[in-house]
Amino acid sequence: MSGFWRRFATNRGAVAGCVVFALVLAMAAFAPWIAPGDPWSMAGPPRTDAFDPEHWLGTDMLGRDVWATIVHGARVSLLVGGGATLAAVLIGVSIGAVAGYLGGVADDLLMRFTEFFQSIPSFILALLIVAIFQPTVGSIVVAVAIVSWPPVARVVRAEFMSLRSREFVQAAVVLGQGTWTIVLRQILPNALSPIVVLSSFMVATAILLEAALSFLGLGDPNVMSWGFMIGSGRSTIRIAWWTSVFPGIALFLTVLSLNLIGEGISDALNPRLHERGAA
Amino acid sequence: MTSRIAASRRTVAKSVAAALVATPFGTMTRQAWAQARRAGTLTTMITPEPPILVPGVNNQGPTLIVTGKIFEGLLTYNQKLEPQPGLAQSWSIDAAGTTYTFNLQTGVTWHDGKPFSADDVVFSIMKFHMELSPRSRAIFQRIDTCVAKDAQTVEIRLKAPFEPFILMFDVTTCAIVAKHVYDGMDAAAMRNAPANQTPNGTGPFKLAEWQRGNFIRLAKHDKYSQAGKPLLDELIYRVIPDSNLRGVALQTGQVQLAGPNDIEAFDVPRYQADQNFKVDLDGWQYYGPLSWIELNHRSKPLGDARVRRALSMAIDRNFVVQRLWFGVGKAATSPISSATRFHDPSVRLEAFSEQAANALLDEAGLRRGADGTRFELKFMGLPYGEIWNRLGEYIRQQFGKLGVRLVAESVDAGTWARKLAEWDYDVTVNFVYQWGDPTLGVERTYVSTNIQKIAFTNTGGYANPRVDELFKVARESQSADARRAAFAEVQKILVQDMPQLWLMELAFPTIHDRRLRNVITGGTGVHAGFADVSFG
Repeated sequence: MSGFWRRFATNRGAVAGCVVFALVLAMAAFAPWIAPGDPWSMAGPPRTDAFDPEHWLGTDMLGRDVWATIVHGARVSLLVGGGATLAAVLIGVSIGAVAGYLGGVADDLLMRFTEFFQSIPSFILALLIVAIFQPTVGSIVVAVAIVSWPPVARVVRAEFMSLRSREFVQAAVVLGQGTWTIVLRQILPNALSPIVVLSSFMVATAILLEAALSFLGLGDPNVMSWGFMIGSGRSTIRIAWWTSVFPGIALFLTVLSLNLIGEGISDALNPRLHERGAA
Repeated sequence: MTSRIAASRRTVAKSVAAALVATPFGTMTRQAWAQARRAGTLTTMITPEPPILVPGVNNQGPTLIVTGKIFEGLLTYNQKLEPQPGLAQSWSIDAAGTTYTFNLQTGVTWHDGKPFSADDVVFSIMKFHMELSPRSRAIFQRIDTCVAKDAQTVEIRLKAPFEPFILMFDVTTCAIVAKHVYDGMDAAAMRNAPANQTPNGTGPFKLAEWQRGNFIRLAKHDKYSQAGKPLLDELIYRVIPDSNLRGVALQTGQVQLAGPNDIEAFDVPRYQADQNFKVDLDGWQYYGPLSWIELNHRSKPLGDARVRRALSMAIDRNFVVQRLWFGVGKAATSPISSATRFHDPSVRLEAFSEQAANALLDEAGLRRGADGTRFELKFMGLPYGEIWNRLGEYIRQQFGKLGVRLVAESVDAGTWARKLAEWDYDVTVNFVYQWGDPTLGVERTYVSTNIQKIAFTNTGGYANPRVDELFKVARESQSADARRAAFAEVQKILVQDMPQLWLMELAFPTIHDRRLRNVITGGTGVHAGFADVSFG
């Protein structure tokens, strides 16, 4: 693994991504200390200009501090990004593993099921799910997970299909290991790298999806999120640009950092590309 | 004409934007627009597009604005809500207050060329609106007889005196339709009549062309009863679904008039500062829209008047008007809007004070829990757009300061109306038209006899025998003074009980080209006939 870290560390983009993402993580973790109080509270005069000494990212039309909303919004973004990705990976790996390992009729059925989800435009499906259930953080996580798992399932299935016929798997079979042991101990660890790469991109996509839902007014009305801020600031963008621009920048940087990290991991794990990151 | 010179001076950027806006309007080029303007054409907008252009068949706001030009009522109303001539040139009410006699205008012709007569009026009141419009039916059921004395005279006898009856004859309430179009049809047939596609009125303008999703073109009614009117040749309502494009259309002079829902409140200050435009907040007296925080008295502890008063004191109404509505509208001071008759200016709501509100909740025995929360309620915001969302956030924040936690639930417009009607809410936001008189538009929210599972009734469940009695006195009295006294007492009791937390007298700005004359003249504003509207 040390080779992996060395290769990863030489990729400047990936390191920068890590730094930015660590900052976002810290912001979310220490939100109550960085920006104390309720982000919804009217902390100052409405529409205070950005770069005001007291509210250095300005306030929105109700006087909410934009900086506080960004700090607290990071929690929701990461919660939805992380939660939805975790759920999507669990669903995707389970379905992909069964389909890839068993093959045959099970594979056919599971893949048609997967294709069913892939054939529906994912954002529309997410909108529909959130609209049917009340918009809450929980329903948003579920909606994002439901539209995100099919690619995982397909990747895992392909990995399992190729690994199943490898000699070390056949050796395990000969040694009398049970199916579960083979799947979890032998194949899954070897299929992990594409899953990790895919996950880091999925977190970014999930954060964007949540922001898009909130932007359209389908976010959880009880929590502060970046998409909500961008959406609510949009109407007054001509007179108070900072209310949507700064949350937009936060969203942009977070998603960019996750993409850089994902690419860094992908490059570092791919032996054929050893030199690219270092160049 | 200085107008065209001014138009040609507009910047290149604006012309580009104008070209973009011109696209959805089909083949009409910018030149064609300029030409149309020379010929006395007023181009305006309508948002959203009306489904049909017959009042009574459809009574939504946009329908009433357009059909106000095509049809006429017996009366019109000035900004003091005094009746003015419409299809009736004069009218009289007998001393008992039960017999109304309308003398009609002479020489009135329907758009299809047939002559108008008193029979059309009788048909419109007793059959058309009685069967199609629930609001009119509730009032017109008080009519004992309605007959045409001769071709120019209509006499209505009421079963009992009903003073606000005289407010029922605007074109937006009781448009006069042609009997020969609907004769012999039942309610369903009238509602679905093919003739509804070609509205036939007596108004100053007739429907000339309607490209759905694009524009409605009204042309001058050549045989309009008032000689020399209307002053405009054409009136075009463009349908522009995007609010930014509507703003650009107005800025570039593509349209010269914007009505309610066309321009967002946060853009209004820009037009107020612009020399080329006039922003008129008047012309809503007949409707008197009043917004409030609607409380369900069945949800504990909202049945306690002290709690409701405390919640009311937590809201800074001036903040709401100035910051959320950008000064478009007025802070409410009473359950009866200041535009509505019998508003009592001496009535005041308790002043904004978070401290006093907290003290009152303590007094009501609602102690704060360990986390500072006294009690928790569901909050259902009004899903009418961004400003209403901001209002919801403001209310939740202010109530939160008192230790009243509001848990927001998101609903769409249909769900909102359904849950309101089913009493399935704790706290929501509502606004209602008052129709000029408290008996017509205020009473319904507060009398215990109107506690119904129907939206815009007394859904909150407030019941006070004295209030019921006072509204009854006001309803049945023919004397304006007696009614005034009853309404004054009602207002005093209601601001003590705070059955609902009145927020704002809403105003919908009319923004128009400064050269346009006589746009907002009466109490119904942009809904009026526009016979006198002209350029310069």
